[in-house]
Amino acid sequence: MKRIYMDYSATTPVDKEVINEMTPYFDKYFGNPSSIHSYGREAYEAIEKSRSKIAGILNADADEIIFTSGGTESDNLGIMGVAYLNKDKRNSKGNNIITSTIEHPAVLETCKHLEKQGFNIKYLPVDNYGLIRNEDLEEAISKDTFLITIMYANNEIGTIEPINEIGRIANKYDVLFHTDGVQAVCKTPIDVEKSNIDLLSISSHKIYGPKGVGALYIKKGVKIHPLTYGGGHEKGLRSSTYNTPGIIGLGKACELGKSRLKKDMSHLKNLRDKLIKNTLKIESSYLNGHPTKRLVNNAHFCFEATEGESLNLMLDEKGIASATGSACSSKKLQASHVLTAIGLNPEKAHGSLRLTLGRGNTEQDVKYVAKVLPEVVNNLRKLSPLWNR
Amino acid sequence: MADNYNEKVKDHFLNPRNVGEIRDADGIGTVGNPICGDIMTIYIKVKNNKIKDIKFKTFGCAAAIASSSIGTELVKGKTLDEAMKLSRDDVANELGGLPAIKLHCSNLVSDAVREAIKDYRKRKK
Repeated sequence: MKRIYMDYSATTPVDKEVINEMTPYFDKYFGNPSSIHSYGREAYEAIEKSRSKIAGILNADADEIIFTSGGTESDNLGIMGVAYLNKDKRNSKGNNIITSTIEHPAVLETCKHLEKQGFNIKYLPVDNYGLIRNEDLEEAISKDTFLITIMYANNEIGTIEPINEIGRIANKYDVLFHTDGVQAVCKTPIDVEKSNIDLLSISSHKIYGPKGVGALYIKKGVKIHPLTYGGGHEKGLRSSTYNTPGIIGLGKACELGKSRLKKDMSHLKNLRDKLIKNTLKIESSYLNGHPTKRLVNNAHFCFEATEGESLNLMLDEKGIASATGSACSSKKLQASHVLTAIGLNPEKAHGSLRLTLGRGNTEQDVKYVAKVLPEVVNNLRKLSPLWNR
Repeated sequence: MADNYNEKVKDHFLNPRNVGEIRDADGIGTVGNPICGDIMTIYIKVKNNKIKDIKFKTFGCAAAIASSSIGTELVKGKTLDEAMKLSRDDVANELGGLPAIKLHCSNLVSDAVREAIKDYRKRKK
């Protein structure tokens, strides 16, 4: 059966060029980058080149990049690293962190963990599109606020937050600004300098790189407390032997992502807009997230009287890979916190469908979805006691 | 997904038996709650104290739909007293097992069948 992958925000296939770049670092250049001999030096030089490539997509300097194991670790290290250092400092600013209600669990759960340790966390609400309001942010800032952590773009509904404004406000009140950039990197131009971003999390497997590697941008002069102790790698901030092939892969993925950004963005936007237009022809269907301030690859819908997990599985039967924010598909059996935060009632939130596009998708894929999706929604509605039309 | 569904569950999800409504039903039972993501309505026709016909409509996940399908199959033709005894284990076992987190879905159909029978008995009084 023909299969169509439309879950690129969950993960992406590793680009062939990335694989080729990585391959020699498994056996030919296997040396430990921390070793003094030629084996070590060649691996060291390669990871440093990779660091520059990662910095390149953010308009950052190479020495502002720390390698991690992925987006989750980057978020943990960025947020807890700043928090623990702030606690230690004699001139500590206070104990308040500001975040939003729609963050990825990697941020939300880290904040909850800090809350238990006595930090005060303010969760900013969002509007119906999933945007935070600048005035809410400004109002939430107090003399105790030392960190703002708000995502660049939302992983479920694709809304892009007002990053420049948040950066400007953070700068105005002399508060550090961390952003989870996992979904935004390589899908929208990022300039950490222009946006006044102090820390930014990157994941490799979302941008056609390998799984198990990521990076954290830390602006020069910003100090954090390490979370792991050991050999003192990464200026003592993240001890652990370098994952050389992974780092090389992430670097190549960033290099490709930068050179292809314009092309990727126009390809994805074209497909996304067609996908949205076609899908909204279905009776009682709605687009979630902002109509324009959204990731070029994200289409997120609700279909009245249908349930998301059933939608996912029926689409899977037709060869289409998708995702949902329905409770039934989650391990907690709760509707997505993002969909609840944008004001959807639980019934609607259960009927949600996320289709996220990538480099592999074509016009034909979009056409196929336009043919199959209405049938699937219709079939589920025939089963549904909530559908009376 | 937390766990995979087996082939039998998939079959009953993709080709559910006894879907629909019975316009002149003798008993109707609705259970669940859209807030939790599951709602199920069962319609029964009763003859000689037996379930002569049964139909369902379900809003919910694959496990809820498959449970509705197999649960209605299990009680079709049974006496009302037998049908009252349908348990979640009967449903889950007949499906060849459900992922642990989805076991509660098999409760729905047995509850809905009981509600429909109670409704029938109430109407008869």
